[in-house]
Amino acid sequence: MSQDIHVVIEHLQGNVSEISYTMLAAAREMSKASGGQVVALLLGKGAQAMADDLAADKVLYIDHASLEEFNSDAYLIALSALIGEQQPRAVLMGSTTIGSDIAGGLSVRLNLPLVSQCQNVTVDGGSMKIVSKICGGKIMAETDLPEETTLVIMIPGGYAPEDGKGKGAPVEAVTVPDLDGVRIKLASYIEPEAADVDLEKEPFIIAVGRGIQNEDNIELAQDLAELLGGVVAASRPVVDQGWLSTSHLVGKSGKSVKAKLYLALGISGAPEHVEGMTGSETIIAVNSDPNAPIFDVATYGVNTDLFDLIDPLIEQVKAAKG
Amino acid sequence: MNIIVIAGLVPDLVEELEIDSSGTTLDTTWLRMIINEFDDHAIEQAVLLKERSGAHVTVLAVDQEGIDEVLYTAAAKGADRLIKLTGDFETGVNSHALARVFAAAVKELSPDLIMTGVQAHTNIDGTVGSLVAALLDMPYIGYVAGASPGDGKAVVKKEYPGGLIGELETSLPAVLGVQASEEPPRYVAVSKVRQAMKSASIEEQAAAELDAGGGLAVSRMFRPEAAGRATMIEGSEDEIASRLVELFKEVGAL
Repeated sequence: MSQDIHVVIEHLQGNVSEISYTMLAAAREMSKASGGQVVALLLGKGAQAMADDLAADKVLYIDHASLEEFNSDAYLIALSALIGEQQPRAVLMGSTTIGSDIAGGLSVRLNLPLVSQCQNVTVDGGSMKIVSKICGGKIMAETDLPEETTLVIMIPGGYAPEDGKGKGAPVEAVTVPDLDGVRIKLASYIEPEAADVDLEKEPFIIAVGRGIQNEDNIELAQDLAELLGGVVAASRPVVDQGWLSTSHLVGKSGKSVKAKLYLALGISGAPEHVEGMTGSETIIAVNSDPNAPIFDVATYGVNTDLFDLIDPLIEQVKAAKG
Repeated sequence: MNIIVIAGLVPDLVEELEIDSSGTTLDTTWLRMIINEFDDHAIEQAVLLKERSGAHVTVLAVDQEGIDEVLYTAAAKGADRLIKLTGDFETGVNSHALARVFAAAVKELSPDLIMTGVQAHTNIDGTVGSLVAALLDMPYIGYVAGASPGDGKAVVKKEYPGGLIGELETSLPAVLGVQASEEPPRYVAVSKVRQAMKSASIEEQAAAELDAGGGLAVSRMFRPEAAGRATMIEGSEDEIASRLVELFKEVGAL
């Protein structure tokens, strides 16, 4: 086993995903403890240019038509071969629609331990501990990084993506494994429909979560949004229930917003939601659970039943508008 | 079309979670367990496919307190066969152990399609679906928001960030990690679940031996230490509302 830390670079439609830089930043810290190098694993077709701003010591690049866009089957074959041969100390993947699809397969194929939901790695001398955020952000679980190649699935939030950006690194082409047996094929991408709302451009967002309880109550948030010249957004459970369309979704597989005001009503603050809203300037969270993780990321918190608050709030906003 | 859905329970996050005296796992004494919501979506997707073009739906789960109700509810929604794998699953079973148990059971059922929730919030060693797929050497697609299986292959909608959807074609059998069913999971009345308890039966099968290899032991569990906690606004509802109005003015929303 080498002491290198590998990072699987994620990209979609030609753009490197932010989690890749977050992981490079984490890998840098880990490599200082292990004494190895930071190695970026890049899979693509004519994608060398994506290596240009990676803060890595080395880039191992596999070029193949089947790897142009993400394909879990093709990635599994290619990465199994590469990681099996390189035997690094750790391999970092994103807790994303890409990393989460392949980590389990690598663990089984290569018979390697796997830790998921890792937010950060703490270093104590030469030993490292992986700190995972589970149970919707309510519990942290620590595991010791074993002395064998370990697969780590990372969530955002523990490292600044800017720290994973750099001048690039020497790109080393790696022999392409046989990808003829790939069982999955990307037929097409379906772009999101031009929506009634463009959350990324909205300065004032009133977001509702599971705490809104039912479809009818969304009107309350809409009333408030209208008064404030803002729009209504939602966390996953609200969209999954069909109460609001996916164009309103904030978080993983939804939008990442940078609002001036993000008012979170009845949102617990699961990591999947938080990653899409922490870029906002002022975050006000209203939740009846005093231990809701949303209070750890909000600027202001109100621990009350949102239904007790919303009527007086709407009244006072109306009064303030005159 | 033979569809298997793998379903399970997770702690209800609305309730307070306690860490037990060992400091390495959740205290299960007062834990309220509910169906993993993504598994609920997987059941719904299977029932939708059955209604659309005919399928035989088997729901597979491991024995945990409360799982019978989940299985009977699935039957009330339209599942044809309920299988409960017996063994000691009450504490500390990781994704790798569950996946081995499920993979062994699935193999016997020769399915065309296996669906399960894309994740469970308790997962700390990867997701059960992705591991089951690898153990059975089947293709895996996660974050699935729709599927149309046909003859030997399926067209699957996979979610990507920003609302982008990938339309993928996979050979069958395959494992899908479901994020959201095409329609929201249906509600079934308690009376219908009671009816299912009478008409449907749960088959019990002894689970394969538990093997947690591939997951790591948790050395410490703790509550998150917030880097910066919110400034809490307190007072009567009216007082809070007026403070919020001030804040709305400060950010220019009023």
